[in-house]
Amino acid sequence: MIQNDTLIPMLGVVTDIRIDTPDVKTFRVVSADGKGKCFEHMPGQCAMLSIPGVGEAMFSITSSPTNTEYMEFSIKKCGCLTNWLHLMDVGQQITIRGPYGNAFPVDTALKGQDLLFIAGGIGLAPLRSVINYCRHYRDRYGKIDIVYGSRSMDDLVDYKEIIDEWMNEAGVDVHLTIDRPQDGWDGHVGFVPSYVKELEFPTNKTVLLCGPPIMIKFTLQGLMEMGFSKTQVFTTMELKMKCGVGKCGRCNIGDKYVCKDGPVFRCDELGELPDEY
Amino acid sequence: MKKIKLSNASALFEKIAETRNLYVPTKCEHSVEFKKFGEGELTYDYVNSGRSVKDFYFPQSENIVDFKVDGKNIEILPSVEEDLDEKYVVFGVRACDAASTKILDRVFLTDPVDSFYKTRRENGIIVSLACTRPAETCFCTAFGIDPTEPDADACAWISGDYLYIECNSDKANELCAAIDSVCEDADASELTETKNNTKKILDKLPLADLPLDKISDKELKELFYSDKWLHMSEACLGCGTCTYVCPTCQCYDIREFDTGHGVKRFRCWDSCMYSDFTKMAHGNPRLTQTERFRQRFMHKLVYYPNNNEGIFGCVGCGRCVASCPVSKNIAGVIRELAKGGKAE
Repeated sequence: MIQNDTLIPMLGVVTDIRIDTPDVKTFRVVSADGKGKCFEHMPGQCAMLSIPGVGEAMFSITSSPTNTEYMEFSIKKCGCLTNWLHLMDVGQQITIRGPYGNAFPVDTALKGQDLLFIAGGIGLAPLRSVINYCRHYRDRYGKIDIVYGSRSMDDLVDYKEIIDEWMNEAGVDVHLTIDRPQDGWDGHVGFVPSYVKELEFPTNKTVLLCGPPIMIKFTLQGLMEMGFSKTQVFTTMELKMKCGVGKCGRCNIGDKYVCKDGPVFRCDELGELPDEY
Repeated sequence: MKKIKLSNASALFEKIAETRNLYVPTKCEHSVEFKKFGEGELTYDYVNSGRSVKDFYFPQSENIVDFKVDGKNIEILPSVEEDLDEKYVVFGVRACDAASTKILDRVFLTDPVDSFYKTRRENGIIVSLACTRPAETCFCTAFGIDPTEPDADACAWISGDYLYIECNSDKANELCAAIDSVCEDADASELTETKNNTKKILDKLPLADLPLDKISDKELKELFYSDKWLHMSEACLGCGTCTYVCPTCQCYDIREFDTGHGVKRFRCWDSCMYSDFTKMAHGNPRLTQTERFRQRFMHKLVYYPNNNEGIFGCVGCGRCVASCPVSKNIAGVIRELAKGGKAE
């Protein structure tokens, strides 16, 4: 009888559900005994969440490790499991295992740097963990810029935290944009890649980029044109996963497994791999 | 080294079977498979077992954890796989399959160790049996495997009227008492002629000279973007047979079954040849059979070696050569890629 294996999950319980957008909810999860987090993690790492009988899937942990009370997952409704998660109520137990994957290099490459976060849509979920980590250890990092775009103002995830906390913090500049004009929105309108170019950032910043594949592609292209190097840009990938530990054989890009060698990749390293993602 | 008259070999098997479940090559309708000693007709007349030895420690399907769901509450229960703790000996494993265990070990026994695999591996003693008549589908020698000197916990040879056996690992020492009680002393030199005869056959095998060095010489991206994949994969049916018979294929799925009383979660073999292997809510990075075909061979010839000191993820057992319904196989892929240049 085997009771301890990375494939065997532990129990968690959902203590809060926040509706962020029409198709994104943020779930607060603590260990089943109600006493704090299921495990520790670093920004960028992921966890396997499951409802037995429904399915199991990998999600990025959107809360910062500096949060000692609970973990949060911002999840977009787009399949069987996520649909089920969106229908559940507070008090629901789930299974959880992790943490999986590497993390953003918060204690090495990012240290002392001016940081530029660029997120599109639900792509803010993994970056929010890093943003709040960097805000917590504010003196370890230089200026922080956050460019965040979504289809509409209703699709901006964590909007309240952005307005109430991030925008009011010294040394943090938030640049929001939505794809199309909308009543009640007096901010920027336009796609993320072009907005990044308009903002004319100095090219000494370290960039953390996450969003839909097409947004990543064009933003990266824009950053190159602005004079950034691929070695300055970190992104985080997502592919189908089952095990989370580089053994089930499906999340590889070339000879790297996204679950184990990623999900965080520096863009020049990603460029060394075949374009199959 | 010890030996026993072939006609009396069952005395040895009976001794071994006293302490452990012993699996021996057994005649089945269309193949030879490892079955419990005494539960069928033992045979030494086979090129290789139909199913590979990985069945023993990476079974096609195994229950890893169970759940009980009651309203909002979930209970996690350890799975009960009766054969998990089975102490077994498998006799008659060919050198290729014996080598394949080392390839899978590098996947499942590296951190984080897969406890299910580890338990089954530790519970088993693998006794290999040297080949005496390799077939035209065989190409283990291309991967540096010597089928006359198989590497396993214990090794056996058949020469003349005798079965020879030698223990190589601490694990196999457990068998020594059984072996000593019924076998007589032997000398390795008695096997020289048999080994030489096998080597003469090996030298003439059509797939023995695969140009693997030409694969190792090439860059990952050069091979990945080769325009030969389309042509090579065109006939592939995506049936997945090659992955199921393969002793080194490791890919698995995690699936659940609702029994009505709870949910059982299984780990079961999967195949990169299947269309839904990488299918996600937002799309599929391997949309056509060409991409899936390329993944299988890139994994064995490039990705696995890159992550494992150059060791290829193939042992040349030839099962895929024999079983592919459209005659596609890794030997053909190696030759085609090694040629370089454009698709013909």
